[in-house]
Amino acid sequence: MLVSALRHALELIVRGDPQLWEIVLLSLGVSGSALLLAALIGIPAGAWLGLRPFRGQAWLTTLVYTGMGFPPVVIGLLVYLLLSRQGPVGALDWLFTPTAMIMAQTILAVPLVTGVTMSAVRAVDPALRPQLRSLGATDRQIVRTVLTEARQGVLVGLVAGFGAAISEVGAVMLVGGNIEGRTRVLTTAIVLETRQGRFDVALALAAILFLLALVANALVVRLQTRLR
Amino acid sequence: MWTRALALLVWLMLALSGCSSEPAVLRLATTTSTEDSGLLDVIVPDFERKHDATVEVIAVGTGQALKLGEAGDVDVVLVHAREQEDAFVAAGYGVDRRDVMYNDFVIVGPPSDPAAVSGETDAVAALERIADAEAVFVSRGDDSGTHVKEQQLWEAAGLTPSGPWYQSVGQGMGETLTIADEQQAYTLSDRATFIARQGEGADLVIASEGDEQLYNPYGVIAVNPDWHDGIDEELAAAFADWLTSPATQDAITDYRLNGEQLFFVAGS
Repeated sequence: MLVSALRHALELIVRGDPQLWEIVLLSLGVSGSALLLAALIGIPAGAWLGLRPFRGQAWLTTLVYTGMGFPPVVIGLLVYLLLSRQGPVGALDWLFTPTAMIMAQTILAVPLVTGVTMSAVRAVDPALRPQLRSLGATDRQIVRTVLTEARQGVLVGLVAGFGAAISEVGAVMLVGGNIEGRTRVLTTAIVLETRQGRFDVALALAAILFLLALVANALVVRLQTRLR
Repeated sequence: MWTRALALLVWLMLALSGCSSEPAVLRLATTTSTEDSGLLDVIVPDFERKHDATVEVIAVGTGQALKLGEAGDVDVVLVHAREQEDAFVAAGYGVDRRDVMYNDFVIVGPPSDPAAVSGETDAVAALERIADAEAVFVSRGDDSGTHVKEQQLWEAAGLTPSGPWYQSVGQGMGETLTIADEQQAYTLSDRATFIARQGEGADLVIASEGDEQLYNPYGVIAVNPDWHDGIDEELAAAFADWLTSPATQDAITDYRLNGEQLFFVAGS
């Protein structure tokens, strides 16, 4: 069965089934947006947490590390309750839209980007900052230089965030609703096809998901070598 | 050291698997509606006691339940899509289909009733009104018995529903009702699951009911033991016998959720 499913999967991919591409594009759009938001929040947050000690830093670090392993379905539940008709911002009408999915995936990815950025920033030579300061650099310039030094680590954080976002299923199923043509992404489509016993289609979708992850990581590895 | 640890691990696994092989396990694939309604939780312990067996319930759509039977991953199926069931037996995947009980489908929708369906007893006419008004309709879209019934009704109406008002979610009945509730949309549901969800606070009401086409019979089919190894033929047959026995049939009739009878047996 696996072999025939694989063959059918290849056929579907080669044929460029329009529904399939709709799902792929939505997956990329949602997870890409989530990554962008997570980067905008996570990189500054990670830099701030990593740069200089302050009261409550250990507590916040613990929180970030916990967030890195937080069950996505719980994030989905919280976003659901927030956006539900009876929820505090139900009037926005965001539940069962791609916006809700981006929200959930962003919350999922932020701790990953933050945590890895923080570690990378802490690993930068501690002597660098007093040196820069003695040269008369402003706070802003110091942060920028340290982040540039830590760019390899930051990149890993972004990849981890994207990987977690695009491969997540429980939260997007809850808040997106898996609506055909509107909120159906690769992972929720895989669940649906498997449940209906259409293993060949499920496998085709899985292969695409795997390919996307492969391409994303290959790009990062290339970028890393160039940055070195 | 390593060999001893390995030996211990192997011993542990053997010991654990030894534990789980007793009592016997019956794997039952059924629809989300029987599980969600709470019926199985109430009646199955009697079977487990009488046969010293554990029933593992896999609650999925009818389509997948039959696929599980086809693949020999379960011993028995309890589903509600007569045509698919007959095809399943005709293809030799299952043996001895028996009528167990029935409930009915209802078209539910928001209390505000934007498509003015309320009171329409003709299910097809009700769907036509929803389509005319382009009121949001949430479809199971998962090949389940309920989804198959919905497609038959659209076909009878001569309509191919599409557009932003028609949302195919590919999820179970409970999830579909939740989505319909959140969006204040219409959907087709089995009565059992709907009453259960209404009890949980879903803000939906019955818009159309009583049409003969909404009749929803459940059948039990033992998976054909000739096709796969490891099918517990005896226990599956015992389960079918027990499910159709007068005592169990009475228990099904007596089952109430929020004070309402959900399932009926032939002749009741």
